[in-house]
Amino acid sequence: MADAAISVTAATAEAGAGGDIADYVALMKPRVMFLVVFTALVGLVAAPVALHPVLAVASLICIAAGAGAAGALNMWYDADIDAAMARTAARPVPRGRVTADEARSFGAVLAVGSVICLGVMANWLAAALLAITIGFYLFIYTMWLKRTTPQNIVIGGAAGAVPPMIGWAAATGGVSLEAFVLFLIIFVWTPPHFWALALLRTRDYAKAGVPMLPVVAGADATRAQILIYSLILAPLGMAPAVIGLGGALYTATAAVLGALFVAVAIDCYRKREGEEADRAAKNLFGYSVLYLFLLFAVLLVEQGFGIDGGSLPSLWAM
Amino acid sequence: MQDAERERQRRQRMRSIAIAWILAALVVLFFIVTIVRLGGNVADRAL
Repeated sequence: MADAAISVTAATAEAGAGGDIADYVALMKPRVMFLVVFTALVGLVAAPVALHPVLAVASLICIAAGAGAAGALNMWYDADIDAAMARTAARPVPRGRVTADEARSFGAVLAVGSVICLGVMANWLAAALLAITIGFYLFIYTMWLKRTTPQNIVIGGAAGAVPPMIGWAAATGGVSLEAFVLFLIIFVWTPPHFWALALLRTRDYAKAGVPMLPVVAGADATRAQILIYSLILAPLGMAPAVIGLGGALYTATAAVLGALFVAVAIDCYRKREGEEADRAAKNLFGYSVLYLFLLFAVLLVEQGFGIDGGSLPSLWAM
Repeated sequence: MQDAERERQRRQRMRSIAIAWILAALVVLFFIVTIVRLGGNVADRAL
């Protein structure tokens, strides 16, 4: 498969590839990187041990670089798939702005550098988690699962769910139940998020030979799976409140956002034909991004600014 | 052809400048992190 990735860009390499800075920024998938840094920040801030602000910023830079490395290595290996899909055809490697070798070298240097820097600046548990995340995303998700099973983004989603744990580990030197709950929320959120996108890009995925769930099992089965995961996610989003990580504001927000998530998923489940179905899937995709952002933003506000109307355990104790 | 070569050189120069800035920023970052991690321990050490 890597050979295919290289052949895609072999012709353009001769044309004098070697992109400019914007191409290398694009290689790092900046939007994914933002979500990774944001969720890692929440893990860092929510941790019971306060990390020195300089070390916290340094840790986040390392985590961002690690996420960028995973993105670049993914674009190196998936260049053949990216070239075949309209959504990704303009990425630097299939467009010939950066060769596959350059993308691989860039990703590898970033990966090694980010892990070593995080180990030195924060601690080696956080660094090990970052290394495992990059490795899992590249070797397990990109190289193996993505091309072989419709469960690719279910299992592969674990890589995207680890950042809050890395942030937590950077601050505390350990991993606890609270960090694991944040991991679980992102892990369960990932399938409905990506399957909503896959519903809109089914033909693209089929053309590229990627066995996404709508390609293999059909759109209706995918909509049913989205609904099931949404029904699990809504109560799971309340878990931080139950274990005392989230306060009253978080509890109320998670309840409303979770109920809305289920409502949007039901809408997507019901509307199965034509433009109406596409619009419902698009709504779900857009809302899923907003859901995760708001959920973690409220945690950040509560934990970072000490705004807390009383957590559920403390209210129960009254 | 000359334009393509000039463009290639321009991109290469921009990349080199970016790498230089990143390395300089890393030096500064490592220096500040070292100071923070040392804290007041330098003053407290046994002479």
